[in-house]
Amino acid sequence: MSPVLSGVLQLTALIAALALVYRPLGDYMARVYSSEKHLRVEKLLYRTIGADPDAQMRWPAYLRGVLAFSAVGVLFLYLLQRIQGVLPDSLSLGFTAISPDQAFNTAASFVANTNWQSYSGEQAMGHAVQTLGLAVQNFVSAAVGIAVAVALVRGFARSRTGELGNFWADLVRGTVRILIPISVIGALVLVACGAIQNFAGIHEIGQLTGGTQQVGGGAVASQEVIKELGTNGGGYFNANSAHPFENPNAFSNLFEIFLILVIPFALTRTFGKLVGNVRQGYAILAAMGVIWLGFTALMMWTEYAGHGAALQEAGGAWEGKEQRFGIGASAIFATTTTLTSTGAVDSFHSSFTGLGGGITLLSMMLGEIAPGGVGSGLYGMLVMAIIAVFIAGLMVGRTPEYLGKKIGTREIKLAACYILITPTLVLGFTALSMALSSPPESILNVKGNSVDGSGAHGFSEVLYAFTSGANNNGSAFAGLNANTPWYNTTIGLAMLLGRFLPMVFVLALAGSLAEQKPVPETAGTLRTEKPLFAGLLVGAILIITGLTYFPALALGPMAEGLS
Amino acid sequence: MSTTTPVRTPSEEETHPQGSPEPGRVSGGLFDPAQLMKSLPDAFRKLDPRVMVKSPVMFVVLIGSVVTTALAVKDPGDWFGWAITVWLWLTVLFANLAEAVAEGRGKAQADTLRKAKTDTVARRLAGDAEESVPGTELRVGDLVVCEAGDIIPGDGDVVEGVASVDESAITGESAPVIRESGGDRSAVTGGTKVLSDRIVIKITTKPGETFIDRMINLVEGAARQKTPNEIALNILLASLTIVFLLAVITLQPFAIYAGAEQSMIILAALLVCLIPTTIGALLSAIGIAGMDRLVQRNVLAMSGRAVEAAGDVSTLLLDKTGTITYGNRQAAEFVPVKGTTAAEVADAAQLSSLADETPEGRSIVVLAKEKYGLRERHEGELVGAEWVPFTAQTRMSGVDVEGRKVRKGATGSVIAWVEEQGGTVAEDARKLTDDISQAGGTPLLVALEDDKGARVLGVIHLKDVVKEGMRERFDELRAMGIKTVMITGDNPLTAKAIAEEAGVDDFLAEATPEDKMALIKREQAGGKLVAMTGDGTNDAPALAQADVGVAMNTGTSAAKEAGNMVDLDSNPTKLIEIVEIGKQLLITRGALTTFSIANDVAKYFAIIPAMFAVAYPGLDKLNIMSLTSPESAILSAVIFNALIIVALVPLALKGVRYRPMSADAMLRRNLLIYGLGGLISPFIGIKIIDMLISLIPGIG
Repeated sequence: MSPVLSGVLQLTALIAALALVYRPLGDYMARVYSSEKHLRVEKLLYRTIGADPDAQMRWPAYLRGVLAFSAVGVLFLYLLQRIQGVLPDSLSLGFTAISPDQAFNTAASFVANTNWQSYSGEQAMGHAVQTLGLAVQNFVSAAVGIAVAVALVRGFARSRTGELGNFWADLVRGTVRILIPISVIGALVLVACGAIQNFAGIHEIGQLTGGTQQVGGGAVASQEVIKELGTNGGGYFNANSAHPFENPNAFSNLFEIFLILVIPFALTRTFGKLVGNVRQGYAILAAMGVIWLGFTALMMWTEYAGHGAALQEAGGAWEGKEQRFGIGASAIFATTTTLTSTGAVDSFHSSFTGLGGGITLLSMMLGEIAPGGVGSGLYGMLVMAIIAVFIAGLMVGRTPEYLGKKIGTREIKLAACYILITPTLVLGFTALSMALSSPPESILNVKGNSVDGSGAHGFSEVLYAFTSGANNNGSAFAGLNANTPWYNTTIGLAMLLGRFLPMVFVLALAGSLAEQKPVPETAGTLRTEKPLFAGLLVGAILIITGLTYFPALALGPMAEGLS
Repeated sequence: MSTTTPVRTPSEEETHPQGSPEPGRVSGGLFDPAQLMKSLPDAFRKLDPRVMVKSPVMFVVLIGSVVTTALAVKDPGDWFGWAITVWLWLTVLFANLAEAVAEGRGKAQADTLRKAKTDTVARRLAGDAEESVPGTELRVGDLVVCEAGDIIPGDGDVVEGVASVDESAITGESAPVIRESGGDRSAVTGGTKVLSDRIVIKITTKPGETFIDRMINLVEGAARQKTPNEIALNILLASLTIVFLLAVITLQPFAIYAGAEQSMIILAALLVCLIPTTIGALLSAIGIAGMDRLVQRNVLAMSGRAVEAAGDVSTLLLDKTGTITYGNRQAAEFVPVKGTTAAEVADAAQLSSLADETPEGRSIVVLAKEKYGLRERHEGELVGAEWVPFTAQTRMSGVDVEGRKVRKGATGSVIAWVEEQGGTVAEDARKLTDDISQAGGTPLLVALEDDKGARVLGVIHLKDVVKEGMRERFDELRAMGIKTVMITGDNPLTAKAIAEEAGVDDFLAEATPEDKMALIKREQAGGKLVAMTGDGTNDAPALAQADVGVAMNTGTSAAKEAGNMVDLDSNPTKLIEIVEIGKQLLITRGALTTFSIANDVAKYFAIIPAMFAVAYPGLDKLNIMSLTSPESAILSAVIFNALIIVALVPLALKGVRYRPMSADAMLRRNLLIYGLGGLISPFIGIKIIDMLISLIPGIG
């Protein structure tokens, strides 16, 4: 079978699997967030944290819940890393305390659902931090994302109230009823494929060349599954999903891609259910799907085609890719991980062709909304839909409205603030890093000593780091030594601000929408469930993002890829 | 509820039905290129930073122009710096020009109004005595006297007398109107002229706040405030401006790292090209022009908010009389009872109506002539005719002539008369009249007494005639998602029949002001925006409650005060046009915003290769327009960016062509023209400009 055909077949199988679970999972999640019953274990949790799960919250209260919970998470994770040195050896595996700036960066990273790792997993973190700290955040940071998305959906669905549900109930339900059950099944599948799951210590094994190598054990499969399912991306091992203990074979690879995409796509069904019109959800799904499929196809093309005689001789751009997976599956993984806020990698983005690297960058720059992170993808896409509705809605001669809610001054103000945040963080921090004297020293691919010799690749490394951080992706372009106080601090800030500032505006928007009275739909209303609108939404996203980042992309991946 | 009674002959209405639909009927508004020159001084005046800051986008361009000017002065030998500087200033100037032109059209109108507001001397009543005071000294509650030839000194209500008044100063309509005390035609406007008789007016408005003062302010744009949607759009444009500011500012460190540091002039040029200058420059002109389009149709909107709301209206309350029907019942058919013919009925009906000067009576004569070829007989031809006039007691009229007695009138009265004369009443007479009543018409029974005795001949079917083209108009409104509700004082049966004939979606029969108010509130509770017209004092609460309340100029001052628009022509059908103008305003804004943003793509393809193709030769592949040189590429983009503003001024003033159609069809059409067009046109435009300027020696 030709490699291209194999890639296309894998893509087809993936889409079929996603289509199969789309409705059941989407409907199930809609029931989870609208049910009035509490499970026994949930009641126990509510009693423990002292929350009343039936109390309705307005947006400020909901936001306070999100921020307080996350702040506690950051603090706990920071302390856990700082005291790693004094933990019992069985838990810490003898690892020492993490430095303050790296501990801050890691805490911010995992709470912000980013999982940027400026450390090397197996060399820095013991069982305690991995399992009690990082894995827990993998679950709850994902649940927070879904909760905020559901709150925004309720803003559309509810009228004249301002009440958005209960944050604690949404958080607990998302974890207990959605993430944990799927993770249990997923972990079993991964173990069956050969991923490891133990609390073993470090084995020393002999290498073929004669030296010795230290290989650590760990609860890898269980962490791997939520790493993908919660669009987290933080690997147990430094090699992430390219490591055979995390991702043993071609099937597990495809399964992991499936896990990344399953919730973000199915949430559009949940959205449609909750607003009482599943077709509205399909339109959002269509916009997400078109971008995801288009970018994936483009990525497969550029990687299969390669550039230059050597690559074509090899049958594509093989550098940095696992032979177990092949070029096609690596390309699917790369666009999937960057179009969601995952950041797991099964191949090395820095080694992709110049244009391929550009696609991973642009994927993140879109704001990770196609389909995006769990929850964050949906709310990001809905904010873009509001912007698109505002411009297009005027063209049908009415004050713009979306899902029966008027998009007025307040709504557009909040949406505008939302879309300002990530570009400010990405471009601002990248510009500072290039302008100051020491941060550029972290760049390994400097001028005259790099793949293209021009310095464009080196610039891409810095641009990628902040794009990944501010968009809560977490993947790295490699080639940048990010474990310096400057990068640890600035990327840490980018991750926190890039995660929680948008949530502030999303929840305020949800509150404002929930207070409105609904506008009845007439023949004069813009039909947002039609293909025309989905197309318009895709166009608006591509043009607005493209215009924002075009100069930066030109000086990085384009300069490299077009040379 | 009153019915509006414009002092116009009905025939005029009939020959020019107000509701005839024609495509593109709100696309009016002329654009005179000479206006550009006239408005130039104003455009310069608007360069004041305190004025400019109101438009964030253009303010950024202004700052960019100042910066490039300073740089050009520092390095006077650099032709490129000067060229960019000049074009940036032109960009700002063009934006100001667009606004000035839009305002200029209103100013001309204001000047005409000011002439009408010449200082008048009022004849104020103090007790029984009369004193002369300047019009500006009148206070609310003062009584003034006006006689033929006097200019009415201020807004007020007629409390005594009746007069014909020339209101052409305000309405442009030369036919005089009647103003009388009491009722719904009591309001008079300061600045209008009494043509006959004597009236006493009670002043209701303070000087300086009169209708004419407000009108001047409105058309001049002095009272213009940004509308909610305009504010929202401004916020979006401001945030896009910030994004592009960020993209340009952060570009410099990236460029330095790439070894291609850029001059401030090029960065300023890039910034101005990227920020949405097209819509930023035209936004306020679009708003002013929207108000102006209403003024040209003789509608005064008290706020831009009302115009915007008009576009959103989803329920229209339309008065039956004057809007949907001509307002007079007219003979539609002669129905014979068994044993007679229609021609006989027509003949008798015509005979009985010859002296009947009511519109109904005249319509009977007309119908008899049109349908049965009965020549109109003049009263003089009928020697010895004895006319029986209609009275409220007899409820019949008729004529006794040449031994024949003809009567027509209400069913009961005519039957009673026939029986009184010892005649026979056909069995089906009552059924025929009932049928007509049920169909919403008014039956008039016709009876004759001659040598064969007294008998009922048949029935004249009088009905309210629906204006031509109304059904089509309501169909269009339905396609636009607007529900029409007919308001009438008629009984439900009659109302239903007319509603069906006219094609309205719903009707409110036997409507009281309270019913109307309740209907509006009910619709609004469902999230709908309601528009209505009204003129009577008892309409005032409903006018105030409606989202768009259009008061008729013939109406009372209470009604005019309550509504947010005044129709100087007092033509209720205009409500439909007002809705269309509101929609057109929003569409124009959206279309130009889309165009403006789509434009940017091409500018990047012009400027980015020009900036960086030296450092990274690969980027020259982005120069898909193959522009001559880096300088010509950047300059062409800047020139295109400036010229497109001027090119779109006519569109901003006239508004995007609007035709009633579904939202889907409209979106597809406008996306194609302004989205795709906006994407492609700058590629062509910039290429052409580049080809032209490359001809200049030293550039190519």
